[in-house]
Amino acid sequence: MERFSTFALISGLFFFFFGTFWQAVAPSLSLRNIPVKSIEELADNVLPEFYKLADDYPVEFKRYFGEPSKASFAEALNVGKAQYIAEACWHCHSQYIRPVSNEELRFGKVSYPSEYANVMQLPQLLGTRRVGPDLIREAGRHSNDWHVAHFKNPPNVVPDSVMPSYAWFFDKNGRPNKKGLAIVAYMQWLGSWAQEPVYQLDARK
Amino acid sequence: MVTRGKKGVVSFSLVYAHLVSALVFLGIVLLAGLLYSLQFLGKYPFPGVEFLSPGRVRMLHTNGAVYGFITNGYVAGLYWAVPRLTGYKVLNEKYLGWFMFWALQAAVLATAVGLLGGYAQAIEWGETPIFVDPFVLVYLLLALFQFTVPIYQYGKERPLYASSWYIISGLIWIPMVYIMGNYIPQFFIPGVAGAAITGTWIHDAVGLYVTPLGWGLMYFFVPVILKKPIWSHGLSLLGFWGLAFFYPMQGVHHYLWSPIPMYAQYAAVFSTLVLELAVVTVIINFFMTMRGNGDALKKSVPLRWMMIGIVNYGITCLQCSIQVLLTTQKAIHFTDWVVGHAHLIMFGTFGFWILGILSYLWPKVTGRRLYSSSLDEWAFWLIMIGMETMWVDLLAGGLVQGFTWWGLNPWMDSVRFSAPLWFVRTVTGIMIFVGFILYLYNFYMTAKKENIPSAQPQEA
Ligand code: HEC
Ligand code: HEM
Repeated sequence: MERFSTFALISGLFFFFFGTFWQAVAPSLSLRNIPVKSIEELADNVLPEFYKLADDYPVEFKRYFGEPSKASFAEALNVGKAQYIAEACWHCHSQYIRPVSNEELRFGKVSYPSEYANVMQLPQLLGTRRVGPDLIREAGRHSNDWHVAHFKNPPNVVPDSVMPSYAWFFDKNGRPNKKGLAIVAYMQWLGSWAQEPVYQLDARK
Repeated sequence: MVTRGKKGVVSFSLVYAHLVSALVFLGIVLLAGLLYSLQFLGKYPFPGVEFLSPGRVRMLHTNGAVYGFITNGYVAGLYWAVPRLTGYKVLNEKYLGWFMFWALQAAVLATAVGLLGGYAQAIEWGETPIFVDPFVLVYLLLALFQFTVPIYQYGKERPLYASSWYIISGLIWIPMVYIMGNYIPQFFIPGVAGAAITGTWIHDAVGLYVTPLGWGLMYFFVPVILKKPIWSHGLSLLGFWGLAFFYPMQGVHHYLWSPIPMYAQYAAVFSTLVLELAVVTVIINFFMTMRGNGDALKKSVPLRWMMIGIVNYGITCLQCSIQVLLTTQKAIHFTDWVVGHAHLIMFGTFGFWILGILSYLWPKVTGRRLYSSSLDEWAFWLIMIGMETMWVDLLAGGLVQGFTWWGLNPWMDSVRFSAPLWFVRTVTGIMIFVGFILYLYNFYMTAKKENIPSAQPQEA
């Protein structure tokens, strides 16, 4: 029994495929009918906060994104997501709300599969660790200015915050650069499709 | 177990080179961990330096641990264990062996530079930049042939021993797991299904790579140091087949209560629970092997590293069977509890095994006596106590965070209440680091010592 082929074929191959079927393939099959949205479809609805960004930082916005439009919004989302990944924000922030532990009261609507079926979740950013709060219902919780000040130096806005400061999201004059504008746009987009009254807004701060 | 004792089957220089790299990368991992832990105290020394952005340093910390420290350590162990287990040389030392060595170091360095430069992938344990992935894959395939060919040759004549079961299966699993985890969720499947696949990869990276190779090495080194066979062949079989069957089926337990279909979550919870039974059989086997040889623990520091690692493995798995329950998850998911769990398994178990293997092999491959056994003891106790304290501390932090969130306290409560615990984490980190420096110094001085002709490199 203790032969090479036993351990190559039965445990090495068969067990692997059996386990992977239940954990990876079957869930993919169950969810296969949900259409995956492209970035154009997502950016079809340019958010008011994006226009607001163009008003607040006209020079920078013009330099990096031109006019607020579907195309520039799509670009901002892409750049924002790239920063989110490069800085590993997802190691401190999750992007899903569980139906337990009062998360619905704290953050808002419980997460559902179809809101993840889009290219902004490729690779998925659900996350496994929260040092800071969940971000999938972040849209509209704070103003653009709040985010800008927060990324510049979080403890200035939220005393004792342990979130890092992101100086390179800003240019020499301390105004947001392309990365900075994009990450704010991304924050304002996260959950914009499921915005609802926040129950306990002041409980969070 | 049959070790044929054929002379000259082991390449000392390859073992030595990998051991040195493992030490170097462990140093980097510890520094990165310490650095990142300072962020939690609000004392990050390099704010505003893009390349040392805390998030990037965290990825350096975890990826350095798996690909730099653990992989180098394991490969060193394999270069020693596989030829001595089978009596055959590995496929090729001179060209393939050294090519693989440099390829591994280059891949890890490219990963480090890529992560700090902002080219990470958003896949836990797979943050290695996209352009590094193909090289890692080639490396894994080469490793498969390098180490399974001698086992295959040996297996044509006799039944294989437990170490070989783990090594064969582990080496076959890794490339498949790597492709699945690094490519499919990155390029093809987004969202929730992507999360299920990523979860499977997160767990497989630990369960189908780090764990089986680790057990394969323990089944070799512990009996060799004790100079007696493993207690029960039957239990070895039971443990192996239990691990091999249930490990691949639990990835989704990293995303419990998420929008992933519940049947996958139940399957993950169930197989995680059952796996603990298999683990218990493995641990019983090792303890029964130890029985009557308690003295050896006093004399042999390498054995002590290995056995404490096995104890930590047992603790982690017990912890796992508690934390995987959907009820427990409500409180501890997302918190430091999981971080404590991760350190106990990655460092407290696999890291300790490598430190044990290193301190066992180092005098042999350098052909010198250990420089100082009291330094060795100091390093052991500092690192060990530091690690266990860090674990308890992080568990406590996890409960604090979990329950303040559940209780709807303001978010910052969870941060402020954790501050003292994070401080203790940094202190225990410094303890571990000091222990590591002693360890490093001791082995450096050992290698530097005057060569005593009677103690030429030997395979005893
Ligand atoms: C070291 C962990 C850490 C990292 C890394 C981190 N954050 Fe945070 N974040 C926190 C903490 C803690 C808070 C809560 C305190 C605060 O608001 O500053 C927070 C709060 C936030 C908030 C406010 C949430 C709310 O609703 O009040 C946003 C938005 C945010 N982070 C975005 C980001 C982005 C984007 C990144 C990456 C560029 C990032 N964070 C990286 C820890 C982190
Ligand atoms: C000086 C000692 C160490 C310190 C101070 C340290 C610190 C840290 C910190 C601060 C984190 C991030 C936790 C979080 O996100 O909240 C972390 C994560 C991690 N560290 Fe360490 N670490 C140390 C040693 C090690 C070693 C030696 C290893 C492995 C060999 C290791 C493996 C890990 C792993 C696997 C994670 C990810 C945990 C998770 O995502 O759940 N650490 N460490």
